[in-house]
Amino acid sequence: MFDDFFIRALLAGIGVACVTGPLGCFVVWRRLSYFGDTLAHSALLGVTLAYSFELNIALSVFLISSLIAVILIQLQKKTNLPGDALLGLLAHSSLAVGLVVIGFLTFIRFDIMGLLFGDILAVNTNDLLIIWVGGPIILITLKLIWKSLFASTVNYELAEAEGLNPDRAKAVFTILMAAIIAISIKMVGLLLITGMLIIPAAMARNISDSPQKMVFYSIIGGLLSVVLGLFSSLEFNTPSGPSIIAAALVLFILSLLNIKQSIKLKN
Amino acid sequence: MDNNILVKLNNAGFRQNGKMLVEGVSLQVEKGKIVTLIGPNGSGKSTTAKIALGIYKNIEGSVEKYTNNIGYVPQKISIDWTLPIRVNDFMLLTDKIKDDQVNEALSLTGVIHLKDKSLGNLSGGEFQRVLLARAISKKPELLVLDEPVQGVDYTGEIALYELIKKISDTLNCGILLISHDLHTVMTATDHVVCLNGHVCCSGSPIDVARNNEYKTLFGDQASQILSVYEHNHDHVHSDEGDIKKN
Repeated sequence: MFDDFFIRALLAGIGVACVTGPLGCFVVWRRLSYFGDTLAHSALLGVTLAYSFELNIALSVFLISSLIAVILIQLQKKTNLPGDALLGLLAHSSLAVGLVVIGFLTFIRFDIMGLLFGDILAVNTNDLLIIWVGGPIILITLKLIWKSLFASTVNYELAEAEGLNPDRAKAVFTILMAAIIAISIKMVGLLLITGMLIIPAAMARNISDSPQKMVFYSIIGGLLSVVLGLFSSLEFNTPSGPSIIAAALVLFILSLLNIKQSIKLKN
Repeated sequence: MDNNILVKLNNAGFRQNGKMLVEGVSLQVEKGKIVTLIGPNGSGKSTTAKIALGIYKNIEGSVEKYTNNIGYVPQKISIDWTLPIRVNDFMLLTDKIKDDQVNEALSLTGVIHLKDKSLGNLSGGEFQRVLLARAISKKPELLVLDEPVQGVDYTGEIALYELIKKISDTLNCGILLISHDLHTVMTATDHVVCLNGHVCCSGSPIDVARNNEYKTLFGDQASQILSVYEHNHDHVHSDEGDIKKN
């Protein structure tokens, strides 16, 4: 019925959406969307290094994103610059350095568009393996730090005072962010990855009154976006990554309509 | 070692951005006892509580903590609108608590009807009652209450202080209380520590009330409280006779 590449694309997208759902909620709650963007931009450098030294792309992206996160934390401690300026500095300079390095690697043909916007239809079985092994590891780790992370998202001092470990949870969460970017870079590309984190979670916020519901709807929203996006990509011959994000946007707009209705019902 | 001690500060202090917030604080909270911190704004009351709780890490002096079962009501807490969270979710924030325990705590502070409401829609006083309910619901060994009744209406305030006293008796838990309400302090406390960047005096409520430094810090209000206190307890001090007015 469908070609193998399409089945692989669906499986990859579903795997990624299950992980971006819960992580995306924390990105929204903790106001980390620009932080996610910065890690994603630095992923280009990770990809070029992977090609240069013949490393696994996901591993290389993961290492570079983690490194950027560590540099960010050090800069925050040592300079008086505001957080968003530091994020912008790191995002654009790592993107620029990545592009410059690509310029030097003339012996390799890069699919720049694929890197920036994703090429889910080129996902191979190896990528699937990384998603379906890495994804559950990320989810289990998130489950383990959930209580500390969520409590400190509500109030850091309360979590710290009552015996939880918010600092460790925050550090682990940063690593998880680098990991999800690493495993999903091929699917939606580095410019759109934060969209996959934020838009389904934002949609879920509009229709949820508890954290658990928001995580649930965020996963459902991500899954629907992947399925709708991929089928429309096949139907209208549009690029797959942007189609998925566009589908997520449509769901977000629908969730806004839902708000208006519920306000009308209340009155 | 006295095993009734829950937390003990030894000559503790904390410096932030080069400014000493509080220094030289020694105090201990024991099971079943209420220790109250009083003092003017900026005197280091909340800082002292955070030192005791282990929120501040690089402190001077030392803290010995003998329990990890702690309930905390912070002075300031703001819930982000990006977070969809109901009262019930908030009650389960740091501990898995059985539903009937949640209900019991919310009933005690008079906000059981708000259980399924969104936290962002509560009034200041309602939220304060939820904060207190959350802290007591886990049946802690140590309660740290930083201005726990701020924004609560007057009758509610009295009821909540009575509740705090009752909790200390029934759970046999130690309480570190920060309050600006001198009247309450003087009637429901075992030990008072008066802070002004350092410990300016401490002891039983009546000892502190008689202290001259305390009188200069709190002025007229302090001496009024003293008369209320002496009035309520004049049988205790009747043999002295010198301050008795009624």
